[in-house]
Amino acid sequence: MDFICNLPLFMIIASLFSSVLCLLLKKKAAYTVCGILMVFLTTADAIVLYYTYAHSTFTYPMGEFPAPWGNEIRAGVLECLILLVFMIVLICSIPAGYRYLRWEVDETKHNLYCALLNLSAAAVCALVFTNDIFTGYVFLEILTLASCGLMVATETGRIVLAGVRYMIMNLLGSSLFLLGVVLLYGMTGHLLMVPLHESLAEISTDPSMMLTVTLVVGVLTIGLAIKSGLFPFYFWMPDTYGWSTPTTAAFMSSVVSKAYIFLLIKVYWRVIGIDLLERMPLHLIVLALGIAGVIFGSVSAIRSNDVNRMVAYSSAAQIGYIFMSLGIGGRAGYIAAIFHLLGHSVTKSLLFLVTPRLEEVADNSMIFKDLQGSALRDRTSGLLFTICSLSMTGIPLFAGFASKFLILLAAWDSSSYGVFTAVLIALAVSTALNALYFLRTVIRIYSHPENEDPENAEPVRRHHSLGYLIPAWTLVAVNVFLGLFPAITAGLIDSGFGMLL
Amino acid sequence: MLDALLNNYQEAVAIILFGIGFATLLFQRNLIRKLIGMNIMDAGLFLFLTSLGYIHGRKAPIIEEGKILSEAFINPVPSGLVLTGIVVSVSVTAVMLALTVRLYKRYHTLDMDEIYAMTLIEREEND
Amino acid sequence: MKEFLRACFRKDSSGMEEFLNTEEKPDVSRQIRKSAVRKWQESLLSNPEMQKEIQRRQQRYHVLYRIIAVISCILFIAVMLYMIAHLPLYGFKNPRADVVASRYIEKGLEETGAVNVVAAMILDYRAFDTLGESFVLFTALVCTTILLRFGAKDKNRFVAEPVFDTSSDTILRVIGLFLVPCILLFGIYIILNGHLSPGGGFSGGTILGASLIILSASAGFTTTDRIFTYKRLNIMTFAALGFYSLSKGFVFFVGANGMHNPIPKGIPGAILSAGLILPLNIAVGLVVACTMYGFYSLFERGMIGHA
Repeated sequence: MDFICNLPLFMIIASLFSSVLCLLLKKKAAYTVCGILMVFLTTADAIVLYYTYAHSTFTYPMGEFPAPWGNEIRAGVLECLILLVFMIVLICSIPAGYRYLRWEVDETKHNLYCALLNLSAAAVCALVFTNDIFTGYVFLEILTLASCGLMVATETGRIVLAGVRYMIMNLLGSSLFLLGVVLLYGMTGHLLMVPLHESLAEISTDPSMMLTVTLVVGVLTIGLAIKSGLFPFYFWMPDTYGWSTPTTAAFMSSVVSKAYIFLLIKVYWRVIGIDLLERMPLHLIVLALGIAGVIFGSVSAIRSNDVNRMVAYSSAAQIGYIFMSLGIGGRAGYIAAIFHLLGHSVTKSLLFLVTPRLEEVADNSMIFKDLQGSALRDRTSGLLFTICSLSMTGIPLFAGFASKFLILLAAWDSSSYGVFTAVLIALAVSTALNALYFLRTVIRIYSHPENEDPENAEPVRRHHSLGYLIPAWTLVAVNVFLGLFPAITAGLIDSGFGMLL
Repeated sequence: MLDALLNNYQEAVAIILFGIGFATLLFQRNLIRKLIGMNIMDAGLFLFLTSLGYIHGRKAPIIEEGKILSEAFINPVPSGLVLTGIVVSVSVTAVMLALTVRLYKRYHTLDMDEIYAMTLIEREEND
Repeated sequence: MKEFLRACFRKDSSGMEEFLNTEEKPDVSRQIRKSAVRKWQESLLSNPEMQKEIQRRQQRYHVLYRIIAVISCILFIAVMLYMIAHLPLYGFKNPRADVVASRYIEKGLEETGAVNVVAAMILDYRAFDTLGESFVLFTALVCTTILLRFGAKDKNRFVAEPVFDTSSDTILRVIGLFLVPCILLFGIYIILNGHLSPGGGFSGGTILGASLIILSASAGFTTTDRIFTYKRLNIMTFAALGFYSLSKGFVFFVGANGMHNPIPKGIPGAILSAGLILPLNIAVGLVVACTMYGFYSLFERGMIGHA
């Protein structure tokens, strides 16, 4: 075994260890440890990505006991690619939101905040790499608890109420997921994904068990869908994302909920098996819920009166897109889902990091009418917001267009005209709605306020620190890369799915 | 099917317990009661898990001299999973209770409807 | 406005006053939230008939919610019972599920050195899960600390008041001082015998934590504060969890690369056996004890040790 194969283990252990280390440190040292850890995770993951691309996927036993007996982790192109984007988002959102962290987190609790960031990094790594469904459950809980702690580290507004609702929904989701895992264990006696898959394939040859297997998959899907905020379960999103500190909002909207979705995809591909899944009527339900999420999320975003809620509701719509392309099914559908997941991660995290800057120059208000002209006062943030809006709307050159195009192609590939028509209508309607609310906001922030005070007439050219500019433009660069060369990423994802089998 | 259910009565009871917890979570308006419902749900789940590993007439897997290994003990895996589940449940409950304390400090009530009504006015402004 | 709120929430409005005033207190946090709440207050004042609207919306929401909740509950239980009927028979060995379990029982003693197969399973075969599990507990401790521990800016606002000052009660103190060593000893026994008998780090640690809670409840926090300061508790957690993660990382590394595991297994049945399981149980026990005491202290008075 090459030494590189040990890197996933080192990543997880290092993040766990540094999280306890943060308990003993002061504010500055804790952030330093956190930063070093993130840099290490990103480079290690890039190395593993290159390794798996050049050689092949590998499984790594946790301990001396092989597959059906001990825990295992597994690294492939898909896992590494997704983790790389997650890590880029994380590494960018900490310095870019540091300005607000400094104000909003209590002076004595910065090290705890860092500890939670490290813990959630560990949980994300473990969730992405895991080859064992119960390990998935344990780290899912760590991620839930840690993200709740990151939320309530700031004591502003309705954040505690948002935290309670977030936790109740998420715990319901976790319980359902655990129930699904337990049922799978009861039927097969395995917890590792590969033996579980083999055993499940054997069971489902019996036609009387087919319905049971379908229902178990349904329970797992509902659990993870609640956690990631699919259509009927998205009402906790606006408060949660809207009231937490920008770093947390960026992290939660673009990493946490996406990690749950990736776990679901992994369960679909590695546990249930895509052949078996195609025989279930499940994907039509997922498709319908996804389309409903797209429409309802966009409508809620239009109805909302403040920019934070708008961005949060648009997150719900984007989760709908991902589930919609999962529902289309087929390899193309899954590739589109992963691509949209990546594109949305980089876009939405930047949006959450940029909007507070705009609010800051708009006299600390997030109401639309107060935001009028804020981009004129803070040109960099205005430009960044515009780029994100264009990407979210689906203008060519940015990631949003490429992913919508891929979703449409996948729907065409599915060779079912009903699915294609539904997806086409949903895409058209939601793109129109997206354009409506995002471009409306862009026009508003660029137009001069109506009755302008004389002292506000002068554009306030705020000097931004490099800690904000470098991460923000990095995220834009990733976004443009995804938008300009979708073939490269889609090819990587495709080969990743090939290895996932 | 009823026969099978009667044979698996312990699992069925566990699931009904889970359902009771679920209903408590949905119908109670008091946050503490919602939490209790959540804990009942978890308890049902653990009962379900332990009953999956139980085999009639066998003992807990502590190895002793003079026992035929393969026929003396129950399945140890569910026991370990239940342990994990209990620890997770304890942690989650602690965090939820801490959140409840903070929520009470702010709104001075635990009734979710009342808290919701308070925020509805706020949302009227924002939405 | 007070009348309106009183009518609306059917509660004494003394709490509401405080609720509305919290935002007025000096706060370093972002101004946005303040302005939102202030605007809300203004809208309240200008719209006294909003109450009707709220009640109407609430009622509509309630009916819909209840119907959906009833349906989903019944549907859920029915679906689950259907699944139960198709599960393997209760109380008999599931032949399909036997591959893993029988290996744990038959080879567990030989491969890990632990007499207690469950301990062997959670701390050796599936150790990664258990590593995650202890970090779940740690995450909960960190979250609770963030939520409940008085921060730098709260120091002036809240004064921790001793709600139940039991330290002056002689009966409680004497019984507590008598009970605590016994419980402590029992907890240590459970932890040390985790690989030999039922028990282990999690259960023993809970007992240790319970004894600490009894100590602080009977002898007062002044006694326990002398031993358990915030810093010491943190150091203990760090030592235990750091040791746990690093040693397990080492074992994973050694095991996956097919190297020789240098940790001796010992004679089965002896206290010093089963390789790493005993030290790991001790580490887990320490963490759990610290966490339990931390929870109690935070919930009781919002701090661990002296502020």
